[in-house]
Amino acid sequence: MAQIEDHGNDHGKGGKKRPKKHSTHIDMTPMVDLMCLLITFFMLTTAFSKPKVMEIVLPEKKKDDKIEGPKVPKHRTFNILITQNSTIYWYIGNYNPTDKTDTIPNFYKTDFSKDGIRKVLLARNKELFKSIEELKENVKKGVVKPEEILTKDSLAVLQKTKTQNEIVNFITMKAIKELKSKDEIGPIVLIKADKEHTKYKDFVRIIDEMAIASIARYAVVDPSFYEMQKLAELTGNAPPVAENKETKK
Amino acid sequence: MPKIKLPTSSPHIDMTPMVDLFSLLLTFFMLTTSFKPTEVAVIDTPASISEKQAPDNNIMTISISKVNKLYFNIDNGIDTSRHYRIETLKKMGEYYKIVFTPKELAKFEKLSGFGFPIQAMKAWINAADQKARDEIQATLEKDKKDGIPIDSTDNQFSNWILFARTANPDLQVAIKADLETEYEIVKKVLDILQEKQVNKFNLVTNMEKVEVKMEDIK
Repeated sequence: MAQIEDHGNDHGKGGKKRPKKHSTHIDMTPMVDLMCLLITFFMLTTAFSKPKVMEIVLPEKKKDDKIEGPKVPKHRTFNILITQNSTIYWYIGNYNPTDKTDTIPNFYKTDFSKDGIRKVLLARNKELFKSIEELKENVKKGVVKPEEILTKDSLAVLQKTKTQNEIVNFITMKAIKELKSKDEIGPIVLIKADKEHTKYKDFVRIIDEMAIASIARYAVVDPSFYEMQKLAELTGNAPPVAENKETKK
Repeated sequence: MPKIKLPTSSPHIDMTPMVDLFSLLLTFFMLTTSFKPTEVAVIDTPASISEKQAPDNNIMTISISKVNKLYFNIDNGIDTSRHYRIETLKKMGEYYKIVFTPKELAKFEKLSGFGFPIQAMKAWINAADQKARDEIQATLEKDKKDGIPIDSTDNQFSNWILFARTANPDLQVAIKADLETEYEIVKKVLDILQEKQVNKFNLVTNMEKVEVKMEDIK
């Protein structure tokens, strides 16, 4: 700009009257003030991340006691007992003290650390975990195509409303679900929390461990009277009272 | 001696880039903002690996505080024309023989969660502002009368669920409990919900990534 002005001055020796140049500056201070205020307001009131939720589905309550639950193979039954101070005891199989042929199971003590219950669960759920990881890897690489999992029609419906990324997520979830339902060797985990001594965080944590280890089947159930007795013995808590609701069942 | 004149520089600073930046930030915040909901109780939620986002509406939030008190909140559905909150309170009022005037009902619609017996509801609604409401909650806490009653003698909690779900059948359940909440009360809440045929729950958690490598499994 300055150069142009100089140029003009050189030629205008005769004294052409130029209108006085007004500064183009506007005082922006009030505007900046206001903006600062607004930004601060929005920054402080924003809830950036929406809360995340963990979904659990509990089995429907049996209305009729005569209907028996599905039979679970003994060697696949993995019992987790949670008690105070985030302590976990686990054992395999089921034990009925009235049945003389049952052998008393071994109780193992563990915790929520990385090498605790997670390692035990992963070791037992190795096959399923591996196949799920492989599937995720293949989807990422693009080896598994959406067309292979979904029919043409349902894919077309999805494409209308969802982005490519969402579709990929959707089919991965579907494929994982299918893998899980086909699982015949992984553990069936029964989560039993000692009502009086467990904290909510441990309940969430154990369900989270199920998700981490990709456990196909798990359920939250009440501990039996025998298990409560055993827990009391192991932790030094007061033993359960015999007139317990659980024993009547 | 001639005075030395310093060249007077204008005190103006060019604020254009700053204004540019500010406008950008402002626009960003204005567009992305969703206001933090007011919280009834301080609840420190546990962490999980779940990445599922909480639904925006049609949700019933059951908060359980550190000291095992229950708080309840429902929303108005996808738009305010549905008046689910009004419906629910009306039915609760009928059941507990408390008459709420249309004005009170309309006021309740705009409020958020609460944690006290229905008998204190009228005073709470008619309080002048949020501060007065917080005070009511605090006094009830002091008298140990806070939290929604859940005992078998006076199970108001179960009725809240029943009436909220009759008003809005699409209602989903979110449970927001503190790290230190006893499992016993959570179990009680789950049992009551299951009695009311709710078998699917959303537990509100913070997300925390956990990586498990294939090498870890031996």
